[in-house]
Amino acid sequence: MILSITHTGENATDLGYLLHKHPDNVFENNHWFGKTSVFYPVATEAQCTAALLLEVDPVNLVRGKQRSFTLEQYVNDRPYVASSFLSVALGDAFRTAMNGNCKLRPELVERKLSLSAHIAAVSCRAGEEMIRRLFEPLGYTCEVERFLLNHRFPDWGEATVFAVTLSGELTVQDLLTHLYVLLPVLDNTKHYYIAEDEVEKLLQKGERWLAQHPERNVITQRYLTYRKRMVQSALEKLAPLVEESAETQDEQDTVNEAQEQKAETPLRLNETRLQAALEAVRSFQPQAHRVIDLGCGEGNLLRLLVKERYLTEIVGVDVAVHTLNRAAERLRLEGASEAERQRLKLIQGSLVYRDARFSGFDVALLLEVIEHIDAPRLAALERVVFEHALPRRVVITTPNADYNSFWESLPAGQFRHRDHRFEWTRAEFEEWTNRVGTQYGYKVTRQGIGAEQEALGCPTQMAIFDKVSHAEREEKSSGARDTKTTD
Amino acid sequence: MEQETPKLQIEIPDFCVVALVGVSGSGKSTFASQHFLPTEVLSSDAFRAWVSDNENDQSATTDAFEALYSLAEVRLRRRKTVVIDATNVQEEARKRLMALAKAHDCHAVAIVINVPEYVCIERNKGRENRDFGAHVVHRQVRQLRDTLKSLKRERFRSVFVLRPENLDACEVTRTPLWTDRRTEKPPFDIIGDIHGCYDELVDLLTLLGYAPNDVGVWSHAEGRRAVFLGDLVDRGEKTVEVVRLVMAMTKAGNALCVPGNHDIKLMELLQTGKGNLNHGRALSMAQIEALEETERERFKSDFITFADSLVSHLWLDGGRLCVAHAGMTEAYMGRASGRVRSFALYGQTTGEVDEYGLPVRYPWAMDYRGTAMVVYGHTPVVEAEWLNNTINLDTGCVFGGKLSAMRYPEREIVQVPARKTYAESLRPLIPNTSEEWAVPAQWQHDELLSAQDILDKKFVATCLCGNVTIPAENATAALEVMSRFAVEPRWLIYLPPTMSPCETTNEGLYLEHPSGAFSYYRNTGVERVVCQRKHMGSRAVVVVCRDEAAARKRFGATEGHIGQCYTRTGRQFFDSQELHNGLLQEVQEALTRARFWEEHETDWVCLDAELLPWNAKAQGLLREQYAPVGVAGQTALRSSVTLTEQASARNPALAPLLAKLQQRQTDIEGYVEAYSRYCWEVPRLLDYRLAPFHLLATEGRTYFDRPHSWHIEALARVAEESEILLATEYLAVDVTDTDSEEAGTRWWLELTEAGGEGMVVKPHDFIVPASRGVLQPAVKVRGREYLRIIYGAEYTEPENLSRLRARGLGAKRSLAMREFALGVEALERFIQREPLRKVHECVFGVLALESEPVDPRL
Repeated sequence: MILSITHTGENATDLGYLLHKHPDNVFENNHWFGKTSVFYPVATEAQCTAALLLEVDPVNLVRGKQRSFTLEQYVNDRPYVASSFLSVALGDAFRTAMNGNCKLRPELVERKLSLSAHIAAVSCRAGEEMIRRLFEPLGYTCEVERFLLNHRFPDWGEATVFAVTLSGELTVQDLLTHLYVLLPVLDNTKHYYIAEDEVEKLLQKGERWLAQHPERNVITQRYLTYRKRMVQSALEKLAPLVEESAETQDEQDTVNEAQEQKAETPLRLNETRLQAALEAVRSFQPQAHRVIDLGCGEGNLLRLLVKERYLTEIVGVDVAVHTLNRAAERLRLEGASEAERQRLKLIQGSLVYRDARFSGFDVALLLEVIEHIDAPRLAALERVVFEHALPRRVVITTPNADYNSFWESLPAGQFRHRDHRFEWTRAEFEEWTNRVGTQYGYKVTRQGIGAEQEALGCPTQMAIFDKVSHAEREEKSSGARDTKTTD
Repeated sequence: MEQETPKLQIEIPDFCVVALVGVSGSGKSTFASQHFLPTEVLSSDAFRAWVSDNENDQSATTDAFEALYSLAEVRLRRRKTVVIDATNVQEEARKRLMALAKAHDCHAVAIVINVPEYVCIERNKGRENRDFGAHVVHRQVRQLRDTLKSLKRERFRSVFVLRPENLDACEVTRTPLWTDRRTEKPPFDIIGDIHGCYDELVDLLTLLGYAPNDVGVWSHAEGRRAVFLGDLVDRGEKTVEVVRLVMAMTKAGNALCVPGNHDIKLMELLQTGKGNLNHGRALSMAQIEALEETERERFKSDFITFADSLVSHLWLDGGRLCVAHAGMTEAYMGRASGRVRSFALYGQTTGEVDEYGLPVRYPWAMDYRGTAMVVYGHTPVVEAEWLNNTINLDTGCVFGGKLSAMRYPEREIVQVPARKTYAESLRPLIPNTSEEWAVPAQWQHDELLSAQDILDKKFVATCLCGNVTIPAENATAALEVMSRFAVEPRWLIYLPPTMSPCETTNEGLYLEHPSGAFSYYRNTGVERVVCQRKHMGSRAVVVVCRDEAAARKRFGATEGHIGQCYTRTGRQFFDSQELHNGLLQEVQEALTRARFWEEHETDWVCLDAELLPWNAKAQGLLREQYAPVGVAGQTALRSSVTLTEQASARNPALAPLLAKLQQRQTDIEGYVEAYSRYCWEVPRLLDYRLAPFHLLATEGRTYFDRPHSWHIEALARVAEESEILLATEYLAVDVTDTDSEEAGTRWWLELTEAGGEGMVVKPHDFIVPASRGVLQPAVKVRGREYLRIIYGAEYTEPENLSRLRARGLGAKRSLAMREFALGVEALERFIQREPLRKVHECVFGVLALESEPVDPRL
């Protein structure tokens, strides 16, 4: 990885004083992650370029004692792109300049110079736009070079790796602190654990500019790798410094659910859906005591169910252990009383394996679950739920594909979520629910959830299956058959 | 049953609950230690000590008994006798003990030790810390007196009373329970419900090789024995003849027999004259009444004696076989109780009644997980089918079906058709939709696997490596992958093992070199190996059937499916259904053209293959990982070299740095070249290549007994029949011959210098046993350039290479061996038609083991 800083104009080599590095020398330093060298490719009166070369040791990244936690892949871009390693190297090589000191020529520190910085490779998944959003408000002209992923396969498209040249009139100190903070923000992967002093580091390095930066929220979140508490603390400290007019937007770019959220958030659909499910539990007659949330995720529904005091047993099932751990955290199971832990249980289970632990419930809920199951395996889910778990009521919700055309942000033919294996139209849902109801002896009622659009229906569709009891069946088949004895 | 003789024989079942009854100090513990194993004796004193450190702490009595009973429960569940060494002089205590025996379907016997009061008092005085007074003993003696009176009506199987004079002169003998006939050895011919179908029985016995001897008793020349599953009588025309034949065979020792519900009902009717005449019983009665009087009376009394002597079920052949009329669960096998008998006679019912007014039977066989084969009848079915190691042989002969027998241990079904329909079944034999029945019962059941069969820590018994442990935390990881991404379990009959690289080469430019692989096998005693070209694509397992019908029959597939092509993690290979179907069809047609089906007498095959190009499956990895790294490296190094070049013109000290950067630039170009080589555009099916190298299994057999050269050649013949199939090149090498080895090395150099991934070295034989398990079934030797995409572009730099050589292969090899054993086991089980869950636990195990943390670069 190489970063170069160029000063153009009279007494260009003043840059050497500011950086505290003589243009005729080579400066080397060792870090656990590699070696840095500072040297000057050009040093004339008209132009002076200092280069910081960082040779990351790729073997040490995975083998060294200082094991890095973010780098799981062995073939990785760390040796080549601007990352937090570069920030550390930068902070180390140019500490004096970054702190605004210059013993020999102190008058240069506050002088705005014609500077440019060239970063050979920036990895930024959020794209060129993010680079511009971060640097242009600081007064830079950004030149962003893009690359094909592989020139032999133009179909693969462009890489999210860029070569960036930033130019502007500013102090060296500002340039360095901008780079120090913003390069890892672009890269969005920290190579070390975020410690408490990270907030201080950010505030100190951004002292002169961060509060006024329109993207300060994004910068803070990314710099602190989305640690909620730390982000909040940093933003609170920044707040008094923020000018009234500044307007920012929250960012949610890492969440996989982004698309689903983007499409649905305005309607608060998730909330409506949970309420509808809750209503289906409340309306169960006689009162429900044992409920099971099949595919509970991080426990959104469980949180509501817990408040229904008449429920004596609430079980949340998910196939992913890490999701269950998150649910346990959010539901604060750790500190719960023994009684409460008896009442609310989380278990790992799969809806395509029959499971004795699913039996004996009044109500089973499958909210936004079936569409995550491959269609050929849906038959197994049906049998697990309706033949073996055999709850007295089953509540199922799933997207209404008819409604998708209402969302302009959702390209036609695309599902709402990357992991959806199918999305059903109302007709398809009706057909499936009717068939399942008949086959397993459940009475089906359906309803829409969310704001209805003419001809499209509601965004979510729900079906409630009620087990037709033995007695009801007898009643139905009029002229009760005479029961024969046998052996 | 009091026994007063001095030489007392105490005969107890070899599995029972023994209650020692006697006052404190009467010598129960001494008696117990003389006649029982120390581990059989559960003494209340000992348990008081276990829970309180003081065997006399009376306040610990309740807890002590709780602990005692919980241990007793476990032992009884494991079919181990328990001796309860407590006073047991109170009826309450004995009731609890009886309930314990009943809950575990075994008998309880009482052994009373009756010694004079003064002896006990003396003994207690002599004991340390036994400070209770004579009044306690006195009370117990009084209670014992009552006990002796009431014991007879307390339903103990036997009661033995020991007095001082015979206490030292008695002997405990143990006899097996009647149902426990594990010492009976096969061969057997097990025969389903006969219901008076005498002619068919004669047909069947004849077909099985039996013939009547000079006194008319049927026997088998080779000493095989018939086993009758009951329901000999009712509905048919010749009940009397059937009963006579079976009684004679049983009496002569040529047959075993268990009772059917009809046999018992008829016996009760004959005994008491009470009972209804439904369900064909009237016919039996008429046939009996038609006999001449003396004959009739003799028949009646013989039949009553015979039926009364029959034991509910028989546990045979060292516990490997269990026969019962209506079935048997594992928990009841070889035990005795009312509910065991009822299960054997009637099976399990749900308490509901179906639309024909017949009780709905609980599908106990569905939950059966026992190791003993259960053979039963009772419920007429169209075909005798296996379900979880159980089989129902009642094929409804009397209803016009067939009379069936199964040869054991051969598992061969022998049948004769009914000569006519003697009775109409209330419930139709043939289910309403014939389509439903085209899918075998085992598949209908198997379709739905149970979480309890795979979760938690499991041990999978493999023929190659013994028990392979699947830790619980690995199973949880696999459950998610299996549920969210894997293909339907029916197709998942194999997952390939991971493969270890060869020994690390410690010198020169290489990290891996053929010499490492050759020496590994040479050092383990293998002389002949095959070197096989390693195609750079993605592993694919292909299961293809000859046609849809075969797919349905063997795999329970739904309409339109002829097979499956999945990755090494069990995912469907292609997202596009069109490509998926196209590939399977292409393979199917190639196999047909190559006359593969005929040659191997099969209508399905499972192949292990590599599917090319790499980008077919790894598109995501390429775009997200490989290509961006290449781009970043190229641009970063280009810029670095340019700037350093400029700087070194000003400062010659930078020359070595420049040279190094230039070398790194060459490395990154090599890396981009290396990964690009394995990619090509795949707009059409014909752009893909499938290179099969293992012919894993076909109907009824696997091919692990064939050498690799055979596999590759057999598949090369098929490959000729299709444009997309690729034969795998190979070279046989003798690792004890330097020239041969050199030829192998040369070949590897040629392959890898032309951009190949490298080669896989395998022993000539598919499976080579080793001191522990088996040898590595294969090791890979990857090319120098190829390894850039594994170890990073710059791994070849000397300072990197020297550090990378420190890599341990132990964990990877152990994993490869266990996964290989599981994969082989999965296929062996599949071809032996074991239930899907038995196959699934193996493939699930492979997936679970894959979540073990092992250096992914190996």
